[in-house]
Amino acid sequence: MTEEIKNSNWKLRKGKIIAAKQMTAAEKWFDIQLEDGELDHEPGQFVQVELYGVGEAPISICSSPTKRGSFELTVRAAGRLTDAMHKLDVGDYVGIRGPFGKPFPVKVMVGNDLLFVAGGLGLAPLRSLINYVMDNRKDFGKVDILLGCRTPKDMIFGSEVAKWQERLDVGFHCTVDRTDPDWKGNVGLITTLIPGVTIQPERTFAVVVGPPIMYKFVIAELLKKNIPERHIVLSLERHMKCGMGKCGHCQIDHPKNYYCCKDGPTFTYDEVKEAKKL
Amino acid sequence: MNYHILKKDELDGFIKKLSNKMKVVAPVAKGAGSFAFQEVKAASEIALKYIPTILPPKKYFMPQREKMLDFDISGAAPADKAVVEAEEIAVFGVHTCDLAGIQCLNMVFSERPRDYNYLRRKEKIFLIGLECNDYCDENASCALVSSHIPSGGYDLFFTDLGDRFIIHVNTQKAEELVEGMGLPRASHADTAALEKVREHKRSAFKNEVGVDPRKLPEIFAKGVKSKVWEDVGRRCVSCGNCTNVCPSCYCFDMADTINLDMKTGSRNRTWDSCQVETFAAVAGGENFREERSDRQRHRFYRKFKYSVDKFYRFFCTGCGRCTRTCMADISLKETLTSLVKENV
Repeated sequence: MTEEIKNSNWKLRKGKIIAAKQMTAAEKWFDIQLEDGELDHEPGQFVQVELYGVGEAPISICSSPTKRGSFELTVRAAGRLTDAMHKLDVGDYVGIRGPFGKPFPVKVMVGNDLLFVAGGLGLAPLRSLINYVMDNRKDFGKVDILLGCRTPKDMIFGSEVAKWQERLDVGFHCTVDRTDPDWKGNVGLITTLIPGVTIQPERTFAVVVGPPIMYKFVIAELLKKNIPERHIVLSLERHMKCGMGKCGHCQIDHPKNYYCCKDGPTFTYDEVKEAKKL
Repeated sequence: MNYHILKKDELDGFIKKLSNKMKVVAPVAKGAGSFAFQEVKAASEIALKYIPTILPPKKYFMPQREKMLDFDISGAAPADKAVVEAEEIAVFGVHTCDLAGIQCLNMVFSERPRDYNYLRRKEKIFLIGLECNDYCDENASCALVSSHIPSGGYDLFFTDLGDRFIIHVNTQKAEELVEGMGLPRASHADTAALEKVREHKRSAFKNEVGVDPRKLPEIFAKGVKSKVWEDVGRRCVSCGNCTNVCPSCYCFDMADTINLDMKTGSRNRTWDSCQVETFAAVAGGENFREERSDRQRHRFYRKFKYSVDKFYRFFCTGCGRCTRTCMADISLKETLTSLVKENV
């Protein structure tokens, strides 16, 4: 009565953790190597990570496909599975399905200016694109990165961020919501950084990733800069349980009936502006 | 298009011959006016006149709980195997509303990426429909969505002609079965009697909501902010009964089970409900359908708007189960009537 399904979409690839690092109190970073080859993803996609016996969760890929041999995830301990994932270390295995989802529209962004806006953990999915752009820097125009986090201690990829800051071919601005005694930079919400950036709106793509609450305010500032709605690219958060447009959990309340896992998670603002919540 | 005849007193022989070949399930009376599909061995167990069963026959295509993966973590690296548990089943006595529900699910699960667990199980199910010559009760709205008349989706289809059934044979597999049982071909008098049943149905079954179904998607497009969603939201208790009993609801959850040896286990799929408060919640606390009114509206849009955009058909089959089972007396017909009133 029980049969094996060789081509099942529920089959798991074996991923071995080859490096891991606690980044902040809440976020841990993992470098994962698949036993059967490359993940072969595009910037902006996600994988389903299975902890055998615990369950599965969708996690954004935070490394660029230009990095070969392994891929990276940054995981915030925010639930049963991600709490358990924080206990994993080098040499441990996870099950992997994917990559899933519509990537950032890299092809149409080529030749244009880019404005990256990352809030908190939103930097993780955005980093897959930022590093891709850094590795193909000559294909793009002016590049600006705006970064916001709650406090200086919450910043992820600190040493990498410091390098972006030093690059001559990237404009970089950072702010924190609440400061601490060692912080010498900007204090305030990420929206306060946008007016100061020089933009040629018709040739700029703004790529915005952050918590749901951030989108409304950031988008309002970008529209004030006259960036066209279809040049504002977002990555939306939903609980994508199957990744195949079936389980129903990630469906967006929108006239177009989007499944975040298949039709997204990346959308242009004009595609999703009618959504009840971004 | 072949029609055969089975005398009613020969139904028992038919069921017995069929159950020699495979497991046979059919509607059985469970008391208090309720019915359920379950295994039968004789015709006497079957309720030929029944209102839609508590759960639709989708439970054979997509069980409440099913294993998708076996795993073993005793070695250095984990090992796993994708599996399906499927058996040969004949489902006897499926009403046209439930045949329509299965057709909905077929579309969902054959869309890529395909769900081979569902598809494998579907291959092994032999479907025998049974016509409703009259309404089951006042909760049905099958004429609104035209699911009161058979339109495929079965191997065999039975219509009651009094002392006999006329059987429409729709597949090669079914043809071989009835030929093997030696069931006689239907005469002209038999097909004329079938036509009479259909003629009676055309006058007995009337659009239950009184709105042109072709206008429904447009009405739903306009009706996102209608008051009716607040009304049903205030009454709804988020129990999820309406989605569990729906023949076309297929949302699911996945969960791991680890065995007592702490080395082997499985990944399992269970039914889930968009009516449950946490259905659209994400880690970190954001809930994208926090209000009961949002969740009820979502259910209706998945039946009358989204499914039309995506699969070109209503995912409501008019069976009336959601209305019958609702603890808060939320009626599908009344909800649609209010929505139409607000948005025409």
